[in-house]
Amino acid sequence: MSDRFPIELTVNGRHYALEVAVHHTLLDVLRDDLGLTGTKECCVVGECGACTVIIDGRTVNSCLVLAVEADGSEILTVEGLATAGRLSPLQQAFLDTGAAQCGFCIPGQLISAHALLARNPHPTPEDIHEALAGNLCRCAGYEQITEAVLAAAEEVGR
Amino acid sequence: MQDFQYCRPQTVAEAVAVLAEYKEGAQILAGGTDLVIRLRNGEIHPTAVIDLKRIAELRPGVRREDGCLVISATAVMADIERSEAVLRDFPALAEAASTVGSVQIRNRATVVGNICNASPAADTAPPLLVYDASAVAVSPGGTRRIHLNDFFVRSGQTTLQPGELVTGLEIPLPKRRLGAAYTRLTRRRGTDLASITLCCGVDEDGVTRLAYGSVGPRPVLVLDESGTLADPNAPDEAKTPILEQMLAGASPSPRSMRAGPEYRLAMLRVLGRRALGTAIERLAKGEAA
Repeated sequence: MSDRFPIELTVNGRHYALEVAVHHTLLDVLRDDLGLTGTKECCVVGECGACTVIIDGRTVNSCLVLAVEADGSEILTVEGLATAGRLSPLQQAFLDTGAAQCGFCIPGQLISAHALLARNPHPTPEDIHEALAGNLCRCAGYEQITEAVLAAAEEVGR
Repeated sequence: MQDFQYCRPQTVAEAVAVLAEYKEGAQILAGGTDLVIRLRNGEIHPTAVIDLKRIAELRPGVRREDGCLVISATAVMADIERSEAVLRDFPALAEAASTVGSVQIRNRATVVGNICNASPAADTAPPLLVYDASAVAVSPGGTRRIHLNDFFVRSGQTTLQPGELVTGLEIPLPKRRLGAAYTRLTRRRGTDLASITLCCGVDEDGVTRLAYGSVGPRPVLVLDESGTLADPNAPDEAKTPILEQMLAGASPSPRSMRAGPEYRLAMLRVLGRRALGTAIERLAKGEAA
């Protein structure tokens, strides 16, 4: 019987009180306990960024965070970007520029880009490369991804 | 991942007591960017994991105290990159912190964890050695300060005793003006471990402090007190033998997959010279300001 621990999370604005296994990661809990499978499991060593979520305003690799560590925090996942059934300008820009190819890395790319635009609404291409360096795209759609983030910044700034 | 007891102490005293109870069976959790990987890979099987993040005494992560800058065990790389206090007095440490991993890693990985894991490639070790930092180790027996040059033994091993918890690092505020520069060599830009990590500091009395890692079992600190290296007008023929001697502590492993020993030794000289030049420039610029 594994040790369980009560935690509270606010995920995409919704409050959850859960009992989680102490050795389960935040990624496990988001996907398996809450059914939020937008966040992807991939390298599980913090190198690819497919599992990126925002905890209290900061991006993290959710595969490297135990769910118990996130107790009491506010989490934003890719499911929280769209509002009232409408894609966010960033998501729309990804679609418009063809930034999503196979799509597997896209939730992580979107979350990292969302965090970047929250802190720097007018990023340069260099700022985008640095901010998304922890998100690998094996289709190598980097140019379109950068283009999408620039387009979204322009759209929001308008 | 194997099960364990999760402990969330509220005070340093409580954390030290839990550590004393579980002894070698305990692992300390701060950022978790190394620990969670080792847990998942089954490299370690702790009976207890002690999470330091709810300890109020360890906040704020960066603060001034008794002539020192204190970096607590919960301060993450992103805190260090952006800290005004670090940028003002210890800019090479901010430079090193900003090169670690990715944004996601820097939002989670702690400087103290970087030091306690004692990787030879630890990016923050060279600037901390140049800036004369010490680790503050707390145990039921009391508190002791370990100069970082006496802390590292070899990869993954430090002089920390069982039952001791590193609550933070203390860096003495500079008494003399210092110019310092950090540089590293990697295979690719972005997320990569350093093939060489290096920091050079030059002070107004002509002392040069050079620290380098990822070229041997532990980071190395060497000093030149002759004034020759720090002298912007000293000829290359005078500097080269001193620099060669200072870099003689490098013994890169032939088994590393990141870079061969010949390449590392050649690049170590290049990086050493480059960082020395930048450190001298920065010291001179400080004079003009």
